[in-house]
Amino acid sequence: MKLNINGKTVDLDVDPEQPLLWAIREQAGLTGTKYGCGVAQCGACTVHLDGAPVRSCSFPVSAAVGKKITTIEGLAQGGTLHKVQKAWIENDVPQCGYCQSGMIMAVAALLKDKPKPTDADINAAITNICRCGTFQQVRAAIHAAAKA
Amino acid sequence: MRLNRRSFIVGSAAATGGLALGLRLPFGPAVARAQDGSPEVGVWVAIAPNDTVYIRVVRSEMGQGTITGLAQLVAEELECNWSKVQIEYPTPGESVRRKRAWGDFSTGGSRGIRESHKYVREGGAAARMMLVQAAADQWKVPAAECRASNSVITHTPTKRTLRYGQVAEAAARLDVPKDVKLKDPKEWKLIGKPVKRLDTADKVNGKMVYGIDVKLPGMLSAAVKACPVFGGKVKSFDAAAVESMKGVKKVVQMGDDAVAVVADTWWRAKSALDKLPITWDEGENAKVSSETIAEMLKAGLDADQAFVGNQAGNAKDALAGAKKKVEAVYAYPFQNHACMEPMNITARWTPEKCELWGPTQNGEGAWAQALAASGLTADKVDVYKTMLGGGFGRRGAYPNDYVNQAVLIAKQMPGTPIKMLWSREEDMAHGRYHPIMQCKLVGGLDEKGNLTGFHMRLSGQSILAAVRPEVVAAQKGRDPNTFQGVFESGEHSFTYDIPNLLVDHAMRNTHVPPGFWRGVNINQNAVFLECFMDELAEAAGVDALEFRRRLLGKSPRALGVLNAVAQKIGWSKPAPKGVYRGLAHLKAFNSYVAGAAEISVTGNKVKVHRLVGATDPGYAVNPAQIDRQVAGSFVYGLSALFFQECTVKDGRIVESNFHDYNSMRIAQMPKVEAILHPTGGDTWGGVGEPTICVAAPAVLNALYRATGKRIRTVPLKNHGFELV
Repeated sequence: MKLNINGKTVDLDVDPEQPLLWAIREQAGLTGTKYGCGVAQCGACTVHLDGAPVRSCSFPVSAAVGKKITTIEGLAQGGTLHKVQKAWIENDVPQCGYCQSGMIMAVAALLKDKPKPTDADINAAITNICRCGTFQQVRAAIHAAAKA
Repeated sequence: MRLNRRSFIVGSAAATGGLALGLRLPFGPAVARAQDGSPEVGVWVAIAPNDTVYIRVVRSEMGQGTITGLAQLVAEELECNWSKVQIEYPTPGESVRRKRAWGDFSTGGSRGIRESHKYVREGGAAARMMLVQAAADQWKVPAAECRASNSVITHTPTKRTLRYGQVAEAAARLDVPKDVKLKDPKEWKLIGKPVKRLDTADKVNGKMVYGIDVKLPGMLSAAVKACPVFGGKVKSFDAAAVESMKGVKKVVQMGDDAVAVVADTWWRAKSALDKLPITWDEGENAKVSSETIAEMLKAGLDADQAFVGNQAGNAKDALAGAKKKVEAVYAYPFQNHACMEPMNITARWTPEKCELWGPTQNGEGAWAQALAASGLTADKVDVYKTMLGGGFGRRGAYPNDYVNQAVLIAKQMPGTPIKMLWSREEDMAHGRYHPIMQCKLVGGLDEKGNLTGFHMRLSGQSILAAVRPEVVAAQKGRDPNTFQGVFESGEHSFTYDIPNLLVDHAMRNTHVPPGFWRGVNINQNAVFLECFMDELAEAAGVDALEFRRRLLGKSPRALGVLNAVAQKIGWSKPAPKGVYRGLAHLKAFNSYVAGAAEISVTGNKVKVHRLVGATDPGYAVNPAQIDRQVAGSFVYGLSALFFQECTVKDGRIVESNFHDYNSMRIAQMPKVEAILHPTGGDTWGGVGEPTICVAAPAVLNALYRATGKRIRTVPLKNHGFELV
């Protein structure tokens, strides 16, 4: 099956009903996208499909054919970090960091949709679980990225 | 600044097929070296010719910031250039070969910094002295004429300089000084500064290697299912039913209670495991339910036999003679840690070598378990730690847990690295659960409203009886940890001064395996004690803060944090309309902590607006990371308070994923205001866990003021309350 991941077309030996997450992690070898729950609850597996956030653990890989898949590894452009990544570093956001790939991808999609999100916009759009509890820094970093 | 080295090198080493992760060991007069060949200047520091400083850390990083804090402690005394610091994880195998040169690896009990600060600072100071001596030797001047700063040594009279990287080889050949003088805390430049974490860069670009991300040449993946009833066994399974499925390599049994499917990818292994027919011998435990456990604990509330954790005067007589008696029964449930990264580890076994790559809070503990499971000798076993996707106490060394399983799988496929990963469902079914506990509290008041007698009877599960029975045996059956926060002495001692006091524990163990869950026993003890203090204050007709103040005359540091949160929340002034307040405090892990909450309630919807937390840990190494630990603790504690209970039906855990075991989201996050109040002294307190315990009682006390309902059991979802 041919998939376009981070601007490259790759031909992967995947099972059509397999979740996109496992094609990205195991067949494409891009492990920045994380497994947390497998049932679209936690958001650790969030990637972009044609720019929109998708919880890849519950999305069949066959439905991603012909779409542009962006993972955390493809968020920086030409060696320049995305403004969300920069804001994350500046605000020292991650603790264990495991959920942060998905968190950053969800936030990048939000800012594309709403460049200056309100707190209410953030509350509605960012529903990822972080067990370390980084939410206070996440919110500050979103507002910082929106100003960048 | 970037972390690489050792555990973090796993990904890139695997990519090149290189797996040599050990330090180069000294043979004869040669010096020990870091991974890249840099000479070791004492065991804690290695310095490259380009002045890169490798600071060794054996405690595990799981988000709490310990590697950054420990590096600050070493660097403070080393006087090195902070921008050139990297972290290197020695392995437990190296530690064994070098007679535990780096001390304890165990990363729990909020002890990473508080229990190693002295010897790591001494390690930094010793390395600085060796570097200065090496420079002095080269100049042929007395070392006392030289000064070190920012990785440069200056001969003060002549202003000559040498960089650390220039003298590290010579310094490495000197004896490590035994008599090392540490700086006075007043001289600290780096300790106490809110420097940024050392491990952030790779956490925002997907490069950080967690256990689940390990890649090794020829590696296969395993999905696992253990008998859902704890203590049950595998009766039979039909491997032939799945062996022909795509990618499946082998179906294996581990011990007497678990089965794994090994395949070329984890998804294929899991898909086959889901279809594998397994028959279990569930045994007697299949009859156990939450109801039968609750009955057993309830009987303990009035049992004659109980272990005493704290005693003063005569509580029974004082209660019998009290003017007014208040009595209440509280309960706290089983809870799963629910680390974001499910349990996993990668193992490769041959008759010559057993190696593991993965997340553990206790490298030495994992090593010992791998050693036992491998059947090999100590020189043939090692563990390479990765970053942990959360720990919270779940990734300590528990009997018959994930490390053991992985080795038992790998042994059945010699030479093939096997990445064993639990599904979230398996992780929920086989946790090491927060112990279940009930508590009966009786307080006696005199005519002036003074608390003259107090009895706190705990009834429930002991963690140590299951995990460290030797500790319990040494205490003649008592588990001292059960009394965290209410104990007679030590780092979890009771802060209130009550003339007639009895705190005791009727141990009632269940078949559900208990574990150390962030904060451990302070979670339930703080709810029991601090909610009941509010009940007593109300019965006495005294303000909740004032009631506590009267009992804290002998605990000025407890009073300090309590007053700090009271002032910040505005306790002496009325709350905004519709907003209600509560507060709580405790001493835990040698830190004094207090919390104050502001909430509002609309129908069944609870909004936590503010949570003020004050911590007095004695010393603060990195205030920015302490702020984050306080906020994070509150998220963990509030998630537990509102959503989390593991119930038992037919001997197994019912809740299976985040849909029925929820966790807080950003929309529910209160404004957290952390007050850091270090008062110095002889002891260093922890910060990763203590504050967690004050969130729940502070909110419960506020909830009572808002609704008139005194909630005595957790979680609040069982009472119809929703966190918004």
